[in-house]
Amino acid sequence: MLIALFGAIESGVIYAIMALGVYLSFRVLDFPDLTVDGSFVTGAGITAMLIVDGTPPVMATIIGAFAGFIAGCITGLLHTKGKINALLSGILMMIALYSINLRFMGRPTISLLNETTLLSQLESAWAMTGIDTGITGLLTALGADRVPSTWGILILMAILTIAIKYLLDFFLKTEVGLAIRATGDNQKMIRSLSANTNFLIIVGIGLSNGLVALSGALVAQHGGFANSNMGIGMIVIGLASVIIGEALFGKKTIARVTLAVIGGAIIYRIVVTLALRADYLNLESSDLKLITAVLVIIALITPKILQARREKKRRQAKRNALMKRKEGEASA
Amino acid sequence: MLKLEDISMTFNEDTPDEKIALQDVNVELEKGEFVTVIGSNGAGKSTLMNVISGSLIPDVGNVLINDQNVVNFPEYKRSKMIGRVFQDPMAGTAPSMTIEENLAMAYARDKKRRLVPGVNKKRQDFFQSYLETLSLGLEDRLNAKVGLLSGGERQALSLLMATFTEPYILLLDEHTAALDPSRAELITEITQNVVDQFGLTTLMVTHNMQQALDLGDRLFMMDKGQIILDIKGEEKQNLTVKDLLDEFQRIRGKQIDSDRAVLG
Repeated sequence: MLIALFGAIESGVIYAIMALGVYLSFRVLDFPDLTVDGSFVTGAGITAMLIVDGTPPVMATIIGAFAGFIAGCITGLLHTKGKINALLSGILMMIALYSINLRFMGRPTISLLNETTLLSQLESAWAMTGIDTGITGLLTALGADRVPSTWGILILMAILTIAIKYLLDFFLKTEVGLAIRATGDNQKMIRSLSANTNFLIIVGIGLSNGLVALSGALVAQHGGFANSNMGIGMIVIGLASVIIGEALFGKKTIARVTLAVIGGAIIYRIVVTLALRADYLNLESSDLKLITAVLVIIALITPKILQARREKKRRQAKRNALMKRKEGEASA
Repeated sequence: MLKLEDISMTFNEDTPDEKIALQDVNVELEKGEFVTVIGSNGAGKSTLMNVISGSLIPDVGNVLINDQNVVNFPEYKRSKMIGRVFQDPMAGTAPSMTIEENLAMAYARDKKRRLVPGVNKKRQDFFQSYLETLSLGLEDRLNAKVGLLSGGERQALSLLMATFTEPYILLLDEHTAALDPSRAELITEITQNVVDQFGLTTLMVTHNMQQALDLGDRLFMMDKGQIILDIKGEEKQNLTVKDLLDEFQRIRGKQIDSDRAVLG
């Protein structure tokens, strides 16, 4: 159980980078960008292909992320210059990327099991610090019988994800970042304040897909393979993370939301793992997409129901107070 | 400062819906001139504003700002030189962002946007000192989301954002029309103050004839895509609403429905 939860948190932290990308397009730019399903694979596929070809893993990862950035820019171009509806631009790009990714990859699945990846490099560097032995010793002393083989990936990936979060927080408060946020909030207004909204949308969607592709590149290296189908439903997973995060942790400030999105991504993984492991539910891994859809629906509906109930209670309390006052006046 | 040369614009040309919005408009505004523009609906006032701001590109003609022909500049480029306030109080600000963030975006209007924080201590003080001039208490609410402000407050903020970088041209498109009378009066007063303070060259569209007479030092009356009346200086000072209606009638040579002229 501990191992399963650990695995869920570990991948949650990596998928959180993708969720931050989805947050940037979906929430900040108010742009429902479906490119994500394709650009996730672009990052994974190109990085895997390059690693197999002998490119240093760090370079391969950066190139993979950059390829996602380019894909996003093209979606932005289709929407702004081509005047194609946002949803449709994303769908077109997603479909086009499916073929493009296969072209790059050369085959539907690339295995990385016997390759040196960025994550395996980090893992061996981590092993030299000897922190694992310490944590394992501590956990065993606390009574855990099976412990994760390494904490390095979790901790290093968490550091990377948090660093990206802080960079994103900073960026969204810069002059350019403010203009990007305003583009999603009131385009007419920011254009009247001399911001080139077309450019900002292109760059924003580009950055969003760059993060998604980076996440894809890391997921491929973590899982040990890249597959041309691994991106299917990724946008919904991203949305699930954003929506669950916002519902649970609030969205008062930018820094709060980005943290919430990371939390949402981790919680999503935990819930999915628990659901799949719950024998009485009798779920199989092919039910994953259904679980995701149900999760998003719950996260969307629950806050509204709670809000409605709170309102109802508040009104009832006021009504009771009024009745009491009237009774008091009648008896007086 | 602002010069319009032979501007013509027709919508839906060669269709039954053809509409001549502007017809050979020639105008020159001196620096610091404050022009009020009146006219019935469809007279071409909004089209004129949109042609100047760059939201619309005229069929023919030039728009010169500070002797530079900007007719082929896209809207965002032109807005470095032009401040605008729209009729809809919701249109001029970003609701989910804070007051200081909105001001920071307006502050960056005439500069290149960079990767440095939009708000810092120095700018906050600067924003505060300007917000104080509104006397609405907004200076104490820098971190409030603009969506929480009332329509009047948002319009006052829009006005400040449009003006405090001292653009060459200020365009006000019926910016008090959606407010209640007392708020409209307040915004009118603020308008007068900021235009005076910065000496801005201003074009203000209004349907309120009295407002058109009270504000500014020059007045255009538009009809059927043309400026049919251009009054300035002392002559404008002595003008009354009745004069305007008579003048309109004389030029057009027909009985007009006064309600339509007043209310549009």
